[in-house]
Amino acid sequence: MPLQLLKEKSRAAVQKVTLGATKEEGGTRTHTITIGGDAALPFHHFEGEIPHRPVVAMEVQDIEPDWPDALKKCFGDVMKEPGRWAEKCVNEYGADLIYLKLDGADPEGANRSVDDCVAAVKEVLQAVGVPLIVVGCGDAEKDKEVLEAVAEAAAGENLLLGNAEQDNYKSLTAACLVHKHNIIARSPLDINICKQLNILITEMNMPPNRIVIDPSIGSLGYGIEYAYSIMERTRLGALQGDKMLSMPVLCTVGYEAWRTKEAVAPASDFPGWGDAEERGILWEAVTATALLQAGAHLLLMRHPKAVALVKENIEKLMVSNAY
Amino acid sequence: MLIIGERINGMFNDIKRAIQERDPLPVQEWARRQEQAGARALDINVGPAVEDKVGAMKWLIEVVQEVSDLTLCLDTTNIKAIEEGLKLCKKPAIINSTSADREKIEKLFPLAVEYGASLIGLTMNKNGIPKDADTRLALAMELVAAADEFGLPMEDLYIDPLILPANVAQDHAPEVLKTLYQVKLLANPAPKTVLGISNVSQNCQERSLLNRTFLAMAMACGLDAAIVDACDEELMATAAAAEVLRNRTVYCDSFVKVFKTQ
Repeated sequence: MPLQLLKEKSRAAVQKVTLGATKEEGGTRTHTITIGGDAALPFHHFEGEIPHRPVVAMEVQDIEPDWPDALKKCFGDVMKEPGRWAEKCVNEYGADLIYLKLDGADPEGANRSVDDCVAAVKEVLQAVGVPLIVVGCGDAEKDKEVLEAVAEAAAGENLLLGNAEQDNYKSLTAACLVHKHNIIARSPLDINICKQLNILITEMNMPPNRIVIDPSIGSLGYGIEYAYSIMERTRLGALQGDKMLSMPVLCTVGYEAWRTKEAVAPASDFPGWGDAEERGILWEAVTATALLQAGAHLLLMRHPKAVALVKENIEKLMVSNAY
Repeated sequence: MLIIGERINGMFNDIKRAIQERDPLPVQEWARRQEQAGARALDINVGPAVEDKVGAMKWLIEVVQEVSDLTLCLDTTNIKAIEEGLKLCKKPAIINSTSADREKIEKLFPLAVEYGASLIGLTMNKNGIPKDADTRLALAMELVAAADEFGLPMEDLYIDPLILPANVAQDHAPEVLKTLYQVKLLANPAPKTVLGISNVSQNCQERSLLNRTFLAMAMACGLDAAIVDACDEELMATAAAAEVLRNRTVYCDSFVKVFKTQ
């Protein structure tokens, strides 16, 4: 008697979110990128369709950041100019998207003006043809001004804008609605708040297929297992038909990996740990690949070699294992 | 948790009159109200008084489908009315119901398969409703075996262990709860379970309290669907809370609202 293998069939799928807009669609991108749509657990091609591969956005900032040398030396001078920096990420390092972080807006830091921030966004839009993710500096007051201005200036580009949080989501949601952008809903490693925030945003009439979840993550060695569990539960909820957990998920991999001691400590301090640069690259790549298995759709990364390793991993994971 | 609204039933005077006079308004009003309250399926029962059960069933289905896209639960012992009704349903319906008697099984299971419908199987036969859980389970097993025999997917079979009013047969409630729990062990994948909740409080005082308490107890035993008064807000909130507490849905602050709208 032939053995019949039981397959899990899902009632529902992850939402598809499309980022960017071409000229015909009212933007200036050379192409759009769609994420999500998964009708199975990550890479279980044998249980349901996984129509879109996970993608990698490389991080660019509007002012030169104080990053470890291992990162700086990959970019050199272009880090002073967000447009050229983005260009290098796309042309040389194969970034699928650009993740522009407007850290320069921070009132506690460079405190750059709203106009300067908008100019940085336009510079990057000019320099590259890939879809763009733009987030603020984290200061709620300043981000409100900056992101509203960015949303308006880039109307039609179908950006992914962030971050909306539980106690601060209304103005960004409104700006994304008016100027037709997508929104990042960020929750603090808490699936209940993740779901509630999606409800609050959709109650303002934002369609679920224009929301991307940022669950907050920890890197390898710094609580990655909490993020893993939450992302796993989110995917299970989506597949069981919970619409308010059905959005694609992004992970701030580069930021989290490159602030760990293990990624940056010089070999002279810890001779047993081996070469610092290689260690940092692997720390970022392993963080990313673990989170791919948990259901990440969009990885925000920094080191080109880590990006290359992760993209290679994605290619292999996207080879169908259906039977 | 599938909430099936009970209100479109010829037992209620307004629906009985609507059927007699072929007045669609009361029927359509109840379809809308139950949907807004959170029902995701509507029970359709022509009631005992109507002569032309087939004609009444067809008319009810047509007028309900004019205002609602919800799944319909065709509630009658008249097999002809079910078959004619299934022909009219725009999406796969739920047949309510078959007993565990062989002559009913042989007609209703093939009908469910032919129309892609789900089927409610009652744990009773010609001998009536069993007193204990074990006899209920034996009848449930016959229904599970029939699903296998006639090719009805197990997740399309709803076992109804039948609850009786608390003031008539108080000793049945614990047996029903035990049955709900053990039905899940009869097959893998397991059949689903359903109850007509309001029956527990027929002719009792504090009906809403009895209904929602029994619903929560039944949900703790794995109940998948319930035919209820969907417009009872406290009952619906109880169902929402039970759905969270049995870990079938992720908690969020708006859990009651989400339960009613998703």
